[in-house]
Amino acid sequence: MSDINITINNMDIKVPRGTTILDAAKQVGIHIPTLCHLDLHDFGVVNKTASCRICVVELENRPNLVPSCAEIANEGMHIKTDSLKAINARRNNLQLLLSNHPFECLTCIKNLDCELQSLAEELNIRDIYVKGEKMDYPIDYSSNAIVKDPNKCVMCRRCETMCNDVQTVGVLSAINRGFNVTVAPAFNLDMLETSCTYCGQCVAVCPTGALTERSDIGKTWRALSNEKTHTVVQVAPAVRVAIGEMFGLEPGTISTPQLVSALKRLGFDGVFDTNFAADLTIMEEAHELMHRIKTGGRLPMLTSCCPAWVKFIEQQFPDLIDVPSSCKSPQTMLGAIAKTYYAEKMGIDPNNMKVISIMPCVAKKAESARPELSKEDVFNVDYVLSTRELGHMIKEAGIEFNKLEGNDFDSILGESTGAGAIFGTTGGVIEAAVRTAKELMTGETLENIDFKELRGLAGVRKATIKIGDMDLNIGIAHGLGNARKLLEEIQKGTSEFHAIEIMACPGGCIGGGGQPYHHGDVSIIKKRQDAIYKIDASKPRRKSHENKMVKKLYDEYLNHPYSDLSHELLHTSYKPGEKI
Amino acid sequence: MKERLTVLVCGGTGCIASDSDEMLIVMQDKIKELGLDDEVRILKTGCFGFCGQGPIIKIQPDNIFYVKVKISDIDEIIEEHIIKGRIVSRLLFDDPKSHKKVKAHRHMDFYKKQFRIALRNCGTINPEDISEYIASRGYEALAISLQEYSPIDVIKIMKDSGLRGRGGGGFPTGLKWEYTYNQDVNQKYIICNADEGDPGAFMDRSILEGDPHSVLEAMAIGGYATGATRGKIYIRAEYPLAIKRLEIAIAQAREYGFLGTNIFGSGFDFDVEIRLGAGAFVCGEETALINSMTGLRGEPSKKPPFPSEAGYKNKPTSVNNVETLANIPAIILKGSDWFNTIGTPMSKGTKVFALAGKINNIGLVEVPMGTTLREIIYEIGGGIIGGKKFKAVQTGGPSGGVITEQHLDTPIDYESLKAIGSMMGSGGMIVLDEDDDMVEISKFYLDFTQEESCGKCTPCRIGTKRMHEILERLTNMEGTPEDLDILEDLANNIKYTSLCGLGQSAPNPVLSTLEYFREEYEAYAYRTKKTAYTIIDDKCIGCTKCARVCPVDCITGKVKQVHIIDEAACIACGACYDACPVNAIEKP
Repeated sequence: MSDINITINNMDIKVPRGTTILDAAKQVGIHIPTLCHLDLHDFGVVNKTASCRICVVELENRPNLVPSCAEIANEGMHIKTDSLKAINARRNNLQLLLSNHPFECLTCIKNLDCELQSLAEELNIRDIYVKGEKMDYPIDYSSNAIVKDPNKCVMCRRCETMCNDVQTVGVLSAINRGFNVTVAPAFNLDMLETSCTYCGQCVAVCPTGALTERSDIGKTWRALSNEKTHTVVQVAPAVRVAIGEMFGLEPGTISTPQLVSALKRLGFDGVFDTNFAADLTIMEEAHELMHRIKTGGRLPMLTSCCPAWVKFIEQQFPDLIDVPSSCKSPQTMLGAIAKTYYAEKMGIDPNNMKVISIMPCVAKKAESARPELSKEDVFNVDYVLSTRELGHMIKEAGIEFNKLEGNDFDSILGESTGAGAIFGTTGGVIEAAVRTAKELMTGETLENIDFKELRGLAGVRKATIKIGDMDLNIGIAHGLGNARKLLEEIQKGTSEFHAIEIMACPGGCIGGGGQPYHHGDVSIIKKRQDAIYKIDASKPRRKSHENKMVKKLYDEYLNHPYSDLSHELLHTSYKPGEKI
Repeated sequence: MKERLTVLVCGGTGCIASDSDEMLIVMQDKIKELGLDDEVRILKTGCFGFCGQGPIIKIQPDNIFYVKVKISDIDEIIEEHIIKGRIVSRLLFDDPKSHKKVKAHRHMDFYKKQFRIALRNCGTINPEDISEYIASRGYEALAISLQEYSPIDVIKIMKDSGLRGRGGGGFPTGLKWEYTYNQDVNQKYIICNADEGDPGAFMDRSILEGDPHSVLEAMAIGGYATGATRGKIYIRAEYPLAIKRLEIAIAQAREYGFLGTNIFGSGFDFDVEIRLGAGAFVCGEETALINSMTGLRGEPSKKPPFPSEAGYKNKPTSVNNVETLANIPAIILKGSDWFNTIGTPMSKGTKVFALAGKINNIGLVEVPMGTTLREIIYEIGGGIIGGKKFKAVQTGGPSGGVITEQHLDTPIDYESLKAIGSMMGSGGMIVLDEDDDMVEISKFYLDFTQEESCGKCTPCRIGTKRMHEILERLTNMEGTPEDLDILEDLANNIKYTSLCGLGQSAPNPVLSTLEYFREEYEAYAYRTKKTAYTIIDDKCIGCTKCARVCPVDCITGKVKQVHIIDEAACIACGACYDACPVNAIEKP
């Protein structure tokens, strides 16, 4: 496309046709503050509601200001981003938003991580020139994953864009009129009553404290301080490449040793790795896939590690609940093993044990409370902390994370392979499964372990892997909207796949709703992904079936993959739900 | 056989609300009973426009215009007028100036200065009978367009005519059609915006109730010109009569082949569908209207892209207002040169105004652009009720402003109204007299806009709320002088940064009253505003009427002695003011 000439703050520049004023300004080093704008174009999302009116700029000969995030630059446009009129308009609109904000900043979970707060600092707001009534909605604590405080909503509509356009779940939308407008489920239902999958992408993009996770910090502290309770903690693969961001480290910093140290300092009795359970999942899932292929069972088989995705299929595609693998997710597998195998070995009464998961996710909170993932009221997993919550606990405990020496996971449930590590990114679960399935089915040792054709960040990816005489067709989708496309193919009977990996969050768990906030910077997610593959490459063993501790678990306890005891402890079932 | 008499009974919403529907039935029954149904034809028509005088019954060819008719008057009309040919003069219009009875509508000041294009058939034809529309040259314009003109010819006629959108924006209709025509896409749409939402404006409803076919015909012409084969009418569900008549009209037009496939053998296909709106003010804004029609939340989107590029279902869409459309068949029949000679250099044709407030003749008036407000208010409107002093006229509804005495001689058009701080809007015109409180008037409009704001953008959602709160504070005597500065800053901020036209124009009632009546705001802000009624000593005759009606007993005085109001106790209800026979009471 041809370039056009425009003038910004008296500087003449050329920009490609179709460029927004906001992007054009960036080219000449001009930062225009934004609030509702969210550009995740790598994931196919740009929130262009142009509703906050913070990024307004002045155009020559136009009395009205225009939103630079959505206004496309035209040939010959004269733009002023720093005129008094533009600056005042921005300040005025921000002050209006602040005049309807609770001012609980000091006690807000988003304190120092809030885009509204940063904006107030950036625009040098020292007083609110107009005061008045504030919204007074009840806070929705109905679910155990997401807390919705409409009083902190600034109507940026980012959550709505994620929920509707990206995830196609359609739970959140604007309700009411005028001053009483807020974002909520239809009829202002409680979140618990809806088909919310708790993927947490609304939480991930909310600029304020309107959508946050339900905290388990208090319960965890109480468990830790109770001497009679044996506390077991597990850490998901995507946490170790993001937790450093909570302490000012570069995104993509691999902090596994410091993380383990911090958990030990916090006082957890057993510090285990969800990556171990990821390897275990592969053993079960690969065998299930082979079983389905050999016996002419239901194909394609879909991965089932992601609880948001599981809830999505239950509610949106109740007729397809026989396609996901019956494997539990790694976190609940580890919980189940900890409360049986580990408990027996250590001589601990499972009733006196609490399993706490550190997850990049808020859906894992909801998952842990699913009744089928418990036995006689003993849940596989008791509490789930997000990466962010763990960061807060470490700070609370006065642990200087960046100065920690580093430590290793405890044995028995601590060893993991590179295959377990890549569970944290889109494409990782299926790659790990392929590594194992291919060796198990052909009996040959893989020469090339890196299945690069399965990697990347494209929303839907397809690959065919040759396994012996068989062409294994693999599909990968991340983001529930992309998942929907593959599911509709299955519904129509046109799906060409044998196995499909689905993760609800864009990027997979590295982009989860419990991760440190990316504030719209997709490069952070890419750096986390790079770090995940770095961990994989650095591992001495990179195939799940080579995990010695997993082997030991089978030898000592479970017998073999897909055994009766495996089924009892490591597999689950799904219930058809309805769309609300 | 030709009937001896035709009785036209107004079937507009206002008259129906006063039982005109029942009158029609009573009259039909009576006429039948008397065996007169061969010589007397009784018809239900659309709105006559003189709604303040309804229900209206007109008898032709005698050209007698009965006003404020009641069911109990029907017998007399039949016995005296229909049977004996004697006019029932007590039911004739009483001219507020001359106090003489007027028989024919054309002799009434209200109608004399009117020039009807959009309302040409309202009150003269039966809107539920397509043959009456055809008899008034109905669908001839469509036939001519399809058989003699190319789409470009039709667009050229529209452009040459100078017709501009009557919904408020004033965008040239021909240009809008041309933009849509120029889009190289096979599916296009034409939408009739019948989501009339300005408080007090009801011209669109009256046109749809009184002459629905003119709108259908214009939509078909517009479809032909722009390349749209599908038309949609977005109408608020609170207009049941208009919807019913549209449904009848669409069915009849299909039956006659004016809608459907291969219209007039031209190969052009066009059909119309009705879509009901839930009555949100903001859905009159075209992008919000399209969102609502698509099934999305009724809230505006950023323009560009304009609907003519990407509208309904992302296809090129021309959105035209009812009144605009009603002009189009007349323009095609009489030519752009004819239309072009009416009006001002920038604004051609006529505009329908809904005249209301403290004015003698209330109703719908259609006047050529360039008519002055003075002509509308004093000649057509018959002046201010009770001979009170004119204070201002509010035009453009919640998006407009007030116009004061000094601008009464401004010839009305889109530009001139804007220049004096108001706007054409959809044509609401509310006349205010010396008793009206401008701060209260502004508060009324702000109350409306802040409630009807879709809440999408910050300035409109929170800003209008804050403005309303300041006005509340002021009128409760709790405001401060600083509030006036904040009010003005807020108003300008909302005007310059809101997302859509509704937000951008929402502060206009405040900005214009601040400009012309700042002292009234200051009286509140500095708390010098009188809040109690007072008695003028030398006028009071001591009749005790005021003391007797006062609900809080704050008026004291003996018979035939000057009375006194306890100002601290007065609640300013105005009962004493209305009761006083000698105008001895002064308003706050």
